[in-house]
Amino acid sequence: MSDKNNIFKPAKNIWNKGMNRLGKFSKTDAGESILSSILAIIAGVMFGFLLMLIFVPSDAFGGLWIIISGAFQKGNESFGNFLMYAAPIIVTGLSVGFAFKTGLFNIGATGQFTVGAFAAVFVGVRWTFLPDGMHWMVAVLAAIFAGAVWGLIPGLLKAFFNVHEVVSTIMLNYTAMYLVILGVKTYVYNSLYSESASVVSEAVIPKMGLNLIFPDSSINGGFFLAVLAVIVIYIVLKKTTFGYQLKAVGYNKDAAKYAGVNEKISTVYSMTIAGALSGLAGAIVFLTKAGAHISTTYSLMSQGFDGIAVALLGLSHPLGILASGLFFGYIKNSGFYLQSLSFSKEVIGIIVATIIYFSALSMLFRNLVKKIFAKHVEDVKGDDQ
Amino acid sequence: MEYVIEMLNITKDFPGIRANDNVTLQVKKGEIHALLGENGAGKSTLMSILFGLYQPNDGMIKVRGEEVQIRNPNDANDLHIGMVHQHFKLVHNFTVAENIVLGKEDVKNGFLKMDKAIERIKNLSEQYNFNIDPNAIISDITVGMQQRVEILKMLYRDAEIMIFDEPTAVLTPQEIEELMKIMKAMAKEGKSIILITHKLKEIKAVADRCSVLRKGKYIGTVNVNETTVEQMAEMMVGRKVLFNVVKGEIELGDSVLKVEDLNMHNKDGKQVLKDVSFEVKAGEILCVAGIEGNGQTHLVEAITGLNPHYTGKIYIHNKEITHENIRQRTLSGMGHIPEDRHKHGLVLDYTLAENMILQSYFDKEFQNYGFLKFDAISEHTNDLIQRFDIRSGRGEKTVARSMSGGNQQKAIVAREFDRNPDLMIAVQPTRGLDVGAIEYIHKQLVGLRDQNKAILLISLELDEVMSVSDRIVVMYEGELVANVYPENVTENELGLYMSGSKRGEV
Repeated sequence: MSDKNNIFKPAKNIWNKGMNRLGKFSKTDAGESILSSILAIIAGVMFGFLLMLIFVPSDAFGGLWIIISGAFQKGNESFGNFLMYAAPIIVTGLSVGFAFKTGLFNIGATGQFTVGAFAAVFVGVRWTFLPDGMHWMVAVLAAIFAGAVWGLIPGLLKAFFNVHEVVSTIMLNYTAMYLVILGVKTYVYNSLYSESASVVSEAVIPKMGLNLIFPDSSINGGFFLAVLAVIVIYIVLKKTTFGYQLKAVGYNKDAAKYAGVNEKISTVYSMTIAGALSGLAGAIVFLTKAGAHISTTYSLMSQGFDGIAVALLGLSHPLGILASGLFFGYIKNSGFYLQSLSFSKEVIGIIVATIIYFSALSMLFRNLVKKIFAKHVEDVKGDDQ
Repeated sequence: MEYVIEMLNITKDFPGIRANDNVTLQVKKGEIHALLGENGAGKSTLMSILFGLYQPNDGMIKVRGEEVQIRNPNDANDLHIGMVHQHFKLVHNFTVAENIVLGKEDVKNGFLKMDKAIERIKNLSEQYNFNIDPNAIISDITVGMQQRVEILKMLYRDAEIMIFDEPTAVLTPQEIEELMKIMKAMAKEGKSIILITHKLKEIKAVADRCSVLRKGKYIGTVNVNETTVEQMAEMMVGRKVLFNVVKGEIELGDSVLKVEDLNMHNKDGKQVLKDVSFEVKAGEILCVAGIEGNGQTHLVEAITGLNPHYTGKIYIHNKEITHENIRQRTLSGMGHIPEDRHKHGLVLDYTLAENMILQSYFDKEFQNYGFLKFDAISEHTNDLIQRFDIRSGRGEKTVARSMSGGNQQKAIVAREFDRNPDLMIAVQPTRGLDVGAIEYIHKQLVGLRDQNKAILLISLELDEVMSVSDRIVVMYEGELVANVYPENVTENELGLYMSGSKRGEV
């Protein structure tokens, strides 16, 4: 008996030390957020595994492995694709998170994304008169502009007519969808596939060297644009008087007003910037060679809604959103490779969605983190005595 | 004579404050018993204990001679105790009858049976002349009518003991008169009524006896018809000034703030400011005294620009600022210690440092091309922490929410004083603070005045009004009803002005 204890003692010590350190980490604000998010993700993956066990028991373990190792399944191709999937949802997540930090709930990321996508495709297909090097940039700017306008509208409605942004953005999602389908059919239609025509190759966002790292993947510079957006929003929120004002309005409208901040204009700015970000995401998805086309079926695009979950999981912090957006991209990419097993496409969709939305419940895990580590810190103390 | 309610030696502690200290209240059957006291004297706490919302730490409650435990409002209901809260608890899209039966509905096979209820409500309404339609929707009827619905709710539940928490605060004078008639009629029917108020005029008009609380302590009970309004005011306000503020003589300078004919209406169309005109000069502390809710908040909102929906004119240093926005007013030399430090004074989720630049983050001192200068902000904050003795767990990095109320207030005071404004508007700057902090803030105010600045102090505390101010104007129902000097006026007299019992020259 005593021998056995001795064998395990070193391992137990290491475990305790590790948990103790995590316990201390969990005491800090950032630590608590990060640990609870990770816990939520683990729970989500486990739940996904449970679903696989129910649907196709024999493939469940293989499926779990694919989900975990998804981005490394096919070397540089799968890793590049993972980043490609992540890029737009990082940006829509940023859009929702930014609005949230400034006290607004932007459910309209989807609509802003859609109009952004259309603007990008329109410029990408029709404005061939643009010089080669500039074409994609103009297309991206057009998408940002269109998204900004689509954010400006609910911003103005909220600021000056007290229309709640949740209501107006939801309605604008549908308006955007119908308008864009009409626009696609009128200006950039490929009637053979009932979708938008392909953008010319000059309008595709350049690879910016990513093709050297991921030669087999269709990833392009959109990922860099996403990271750039994260950095810009981080700086705006953390370092500038502008961000200081917007956050003050978000945290406490009355105090901001007291400080002489024009909270109405502030609301308009916030929604416009949020819209611009979602518009950018639209450009990132559709200015690719990979054959992304705007479909003319009457359904809302999912990237905008993913943004809500990304922002929630990332706790609206730009860096958190970058991390959670990468996670979403990872899971979506893994879902793609699940097709190699006998899961039907719908089941994969359900599994991916389950993991994602389960993960967004990180707030639920906050108290759990506190409990687990509080207990453990005590245990270690007990050992020391 | 038998008492229907006896609350004996009740003590109730809240964190950091003793709200009721050995309080005794005895109410006879069929009487209207007033409970009088200043804000924070412990009236509402005592009534909440009787209604089962709080449990006392010590003391005994007897109802009809028997000792009882009132653990929640349902217990109170069973003892036939009812309460009309200051803020009505009605479902706005329900009808009068639906609101009255809510929680006590007649049900048959899972369906509501309203006929009987409506019949009974009609009878009760006739009996007391309520003149109310059981089928009207709450949101369509006046505030006065809504209050009658609350009263009907109690009658419908056969309440014998009725508590009214400041029932006249929201009513027009005519509605007040009718309410008093109703209360008298109910007392005649044998109901016992406890009326919480700090309006002496109303007590004189309607109550039989009056118990007085001051700072949580029981002062005494008097028969209203044997006691003058002045005597009751003295009981309420208590002894003379607690501590004297040392103040030298100072020569008044030029006009700093001038207000002319301010008028304002609230959302319900009630006039909340009525032709308010006054002036504050350099080196003067002008105090606006009055009971809460008589228009002081609106006056401040108008002057600071928080609510621009007013008519009249406002000048600073004889320059008109009537149409300027909040920021412009701040920059023209206005400091503002707001009434509600959580709502207006601080962004609670910002750190102390971030809160310290709330009024000046756009200043060259703290930003460069739109980028915040964190070193300068941190230095500034640490300087203020030192000078104003602001205590917090993590210094400048402390999140404002986690600071104590007193230190939050000190932070606001530090921020506003440091900007060295020509006009300081201090709204209840000592609300909820301990004696030491109060003294400190008073000293700061006087210090500012001695630097030839103008101070507009809004206060509900008579002690503060008498000791700090150079001149006092009294507000009553949105009007200035007196303009007096503290050396020529007694607290009792002020109390009469504040409760509307007396009017002076303005």
